[in-house]
Amino acid sequence: MKISELFHQEIIVTNLEAENREEVFRVLYKKLLDNGYVKESFLEGIIKRENTFPTGLLLNNYNVAIPHTDAEHVLKPAIAVATLSKPVIFKNMANPQEDVNVNIVFMIALNESHSQVEMLQQLVELIQNESFLNSILNAKGGDEVIETIKNYVVFGKID
Amino acid sequence: MEKDKNGRKIVLVACGTGIATSTVVAERVKKLIEENGLNAEVIQCKMAEVASKENEAHLLVTTSILPKTYSIPVVNAMGYLTGMGSENIDKEVIKYLKE
Repeated sequence: MKISELFHQEIIVTNLEAENREEVFRVLYKKLLDNGYVKESFLEGIIKRENTFPTGLLLNNYNVAIPHTDAEHVLKPAIAVATLSKPVIFKNMANPQEDVNVNIVFMIALNESHSQVEMLQQLVELIQNESFLNSILNAKGGDEVIETIKNYVVFGKID
Repeated sequence: MEKDKNGRKIVLVACGTGIATSTVVAERVKKLIEENGLNAEVIQCKMAEVASKENEAHLLVTTSILPKTYSIPVVNAMGYLTGMGSENIDKEVIKYLKE
């Protein structure tokens, strides 16, 4: 399975204005739930996990969060995306006391880590690519985000 | 500390849920082991499981923050996710596995 297959227009939100991370979680969770990717229990799993093991990643100009939870809450694998119109605070995965101003949230719903390794590796490479982050922040709508992802994956900018 | 008669080292790779970030890290560590011909094996688990496995392991590689100190050395693998200092992490892991 290629990483581009995990992104779907119906689970992508661009320019979301949210006051805090729970709001972002609720919006993305609803998309995932309504489209049959996760169980109802997924939201609580996400919130609880974030509170103990935060997923904010401090990068360069743009910061990212990768909330995810146990496979038992997932029905079909997918990655929901929210680009935020203003940064939302997450705690740093490397230092849970530290705040990170996050611009893009990738909510990962995976249920088989071993068959999904490559996609995870690709996601990690994508988030390390600043021009990729910049491109999706400027995208208007899920279609544009998906096009951007496909471009970055296909044109060998990442394998 | 020889925990295994063959001198085979066990590396625990852990993260909060044991599914996403630890998978990426585990793959990288496995590759390091292969490319450097190290006598070692990777076991992937959740942070909550480490305490019960640390007696059989030689090294812990993690992206999470530790709730306690462990009897085995720990390498923080956050850099594999952010791309910052990943080569230093490689060197540290190799160093522990060659001992």
